[in-house]
Amino acid sequence: MDINTQTLYTVTVYSENHVGLLTQISNIFTRRFINIESLTVSASAMKGVHKFTITCYSDDKAIEKLVKQVEKKIDVLTAYYYVEDEIISREIALFKVTTETLMANNTIESLVNRYNAKIIEVNNLYTVIEKTGGKTEIRELFDELEHYGILQFVRSGSVSITRSKYEQLSDVTMC
Amino acid sequence: MDNRESVSGSVSLMKSLIEEGTDTIFGYPGGQIMPVFDALYDYRQKLKHILVRHEQGAVHAAQGYSRASGKVGVVIVTSGPGATNTVTGIADAMIDSTPLVVISGQVVSPLLGTDAFQEVDIVGISQPVTKWSYQVRRADEIAWAVAQAFYIASSGRPGPVLLDFTKDAQVSMINHYYEKCTSIRSYVSMPKIDRANVRKAAELINSAKKPLALVGQGVEIGKAEQELISFIEKAQIPAAWTLLGASVMPFDHPLNKGMLGMHGNLAPNQKTNECDLLIAIGMRFDDRVIGDVNTYAKQAKIIHFDIDPAEIGKNVDVDIPVLGDVKKTLPAVTALLKQADHDDWIESFDIINGEEYDRVIANEIYCDREYISMGEVIRRISEKTGNEAITVTDVGQNQMMAARYSKHKNPRSFISSGGLGTMGFGLPAAIGAKIAVPDRTVCLFCGDGGIQMCIQELGTIMQSNVKVKIIILNNRYLGMVRQWQEIFFNKRYSETPMLNPDFVKIAEAYRIKGRKVSKRDDLDDAIREMLEHNGAYLLEVDVEKKGMVLPMIPPGMNVSSVILEK
Repeated sequence: MDINTQTLYTVTVYSENHVGLLTQISNIFTRRFINIESLTVSASAMKGVHKFTITCYSDDKAIEKLVKQVEKKIDVLTAYYYVEDEIISREIALFKVTTETLMANNTIESLVNRYNAKIIEVNNLYTVIEKTGGKTEIRELFDELEHYGILQFVRSGSVSITRSKYEQLSDVTMC
Repeated sequence: MDNRESVSGSVSLMKSLIEEGTDTIFGYPGGQIMPVFDALYDYRQKLKHILVRHEQGAVHAAQGYSRASGKVGVVIVTSGPGATNTVTGIADAMIDSTPLVVISGQVVSPLLGTDAFQEVDIVGISQPVTKWSYQVRRADEIAWAVAQAFYIASSGRPGPVLLDFTKDAQVSMINHYYEKCTSIRSYVSMPKIDRANVRKAAELINSAKKPLALVGQGVEIGKAEQELISFIEKAQIPAAWTLLGASVMPFDHPLNKGMLGMHGNLAPNQKTNECDLLIAIGMRFDDRVIGDVNTYAKQAKIIHFDIDPAEIGKNVDVDIPVLGDVKKTLPAVTALLKQADHDDWIESFDIINGEEYDRVIANEIYCDREYISMGEVIRRISEKTGNEAITVTDVGQNQMMAARYSKHKNPRSFISSGGLGTMGFGLPAAIGAKIAVPDRTVCLFCGDGGIQMCIQELGTIMQSNVKVKIIILNNRYLGMVRQWQEIFFNKRYSETPMLNPDFVKIAEAYRIKGRKVSKRDDLDDAIREMLEHNGAYLLEVDVEKKGMVLPMIPPGMNVSSVILEK
């Protein structure tokens, strides 16, 4: 699938906290050849209810069908999908660069300031930079830092929250 | 104080099954399920166990049992290979919405994940093909898990559930207390009926000039056969059926216009692309029904009655979805319908079906060629049973011929592996059906290929005295594949000719009466003998080697490409 012609969707799934549910949900993506870009699982604001945040590239028809299949799983309370502007999403990224390059000029430090990132550890060998933000911002910072050599890079999955007031679980009786 | 009593996990399982109304189990013992079979020994009066010859047979038999009776089919097998052997049947039940509870043994819980003898992750393996799959590791969970399993299997859109019992859960002592499951917070078994859509559906039907109803197994599962008849009669809507909907409507109902799909009748397939309104009821627009989705019913509005929200818009875009139980949604729409007549429209089906009769059907069911045709065997048997038998099929040409030429007066009379197309399904499914409804005649039509995929179940017939009638349509080919090779692969018959054993002798070895017929003149007498015989019977019929199931719409094509003649 060509991801350039596709939209990035965020799928949120509210479920019981049961063993094995992650495989069941990821299988639904695999069977339809949709690659999961990122995935986080955590407790939600409701006791006993877990929340999956999954991002993937797809199109509107395929994503609608996929979410219906996710909802069909017995232990899933409900599932939704969003395009980027319907939600607030953040990722965290960590970059490791040599301390030598950091010291050699001011560019890295000014990049850190410009991108609202911060330096969280410095020693003789390396420096670790932390950046929290949107996907694009993190990508841009990566591209900039790449000129100076990145030793290690890691980014989290997206965590997202909707622009509605509460968790969207009104149609499920919570007990 | 509840009526609790201290029992082993295995006894708790027996008691739980009885609470759910189970009286028949299909199974096969083995090491990690022995405590359960030991408990079963004390409950054998209440829980009749049918010992199969292979675990795949157990699942297909439970499917046949469920499809004939409407009850949940129950299977008990051991761990490891016992469990993996059930997977094909479970997948078949999943795609054909058949309620099953499959119980497998598992190694003791401390050994889980150690590659212990006969350990397999059956919960993981079965998850994609079950409605729910759960491992029970503690005896005190058993009653709860069984209650959940039956509720999930039988409610909403039914399907198979697997429960994997570790051996320690089977033997530990607990206080048994059973409570039926009536709801699960994360599971909506029955979608709410949207009154606005009921109204919109009725309006569309009332204004339609050329409506066509497509009837699937959902109507039978929802026990809404009468509601369907009232619906189509009130607004005079011609109706056609999918493979699994073959016995929903009586064959002689004037609005019954035949089968849909690749080997379906000409009129309903053509009219799908001429109607102004398509009303799908408990069917799922399978690719074998719709062919080319891009040219399928583009001129028509589509209403879709279904219980499963995930089916709406899955294969075909729908204008009005009517979600819910057809037993309720059909009458709700019927109440808003105006009496209508579409006489010219209805008659137009009969003209096209008449053309198909002349060009295809007559030659097949009243064959005058040298060798016996498949269709005439089925036509004769259907007639001789007064169209009242349960027809079970295997998969392939035998299945399509049986769907086309067996006729049904009553619901739950056609049992076939539709979605998965599992060869080997027929023989065990026929066993299960006969056990479910012993008063009905059960006729299995199968090919010489499919019978050999589960032929070991002749042993089950012998041991449990199951009086099924087995008809082998022997063309010494894997006939449907051969047919495709003839049409699409330049008659290159790669690995389809079969060298077969003497089926009648095999039957005899299992103490089953049998007869082989090669001449048309002997056929009626053999059928009479088979139906009169009080016991299982195997009738092998030598049929023409290169018979074809026609009409045929090539895969992915539309009805304009239909093949009518060889």
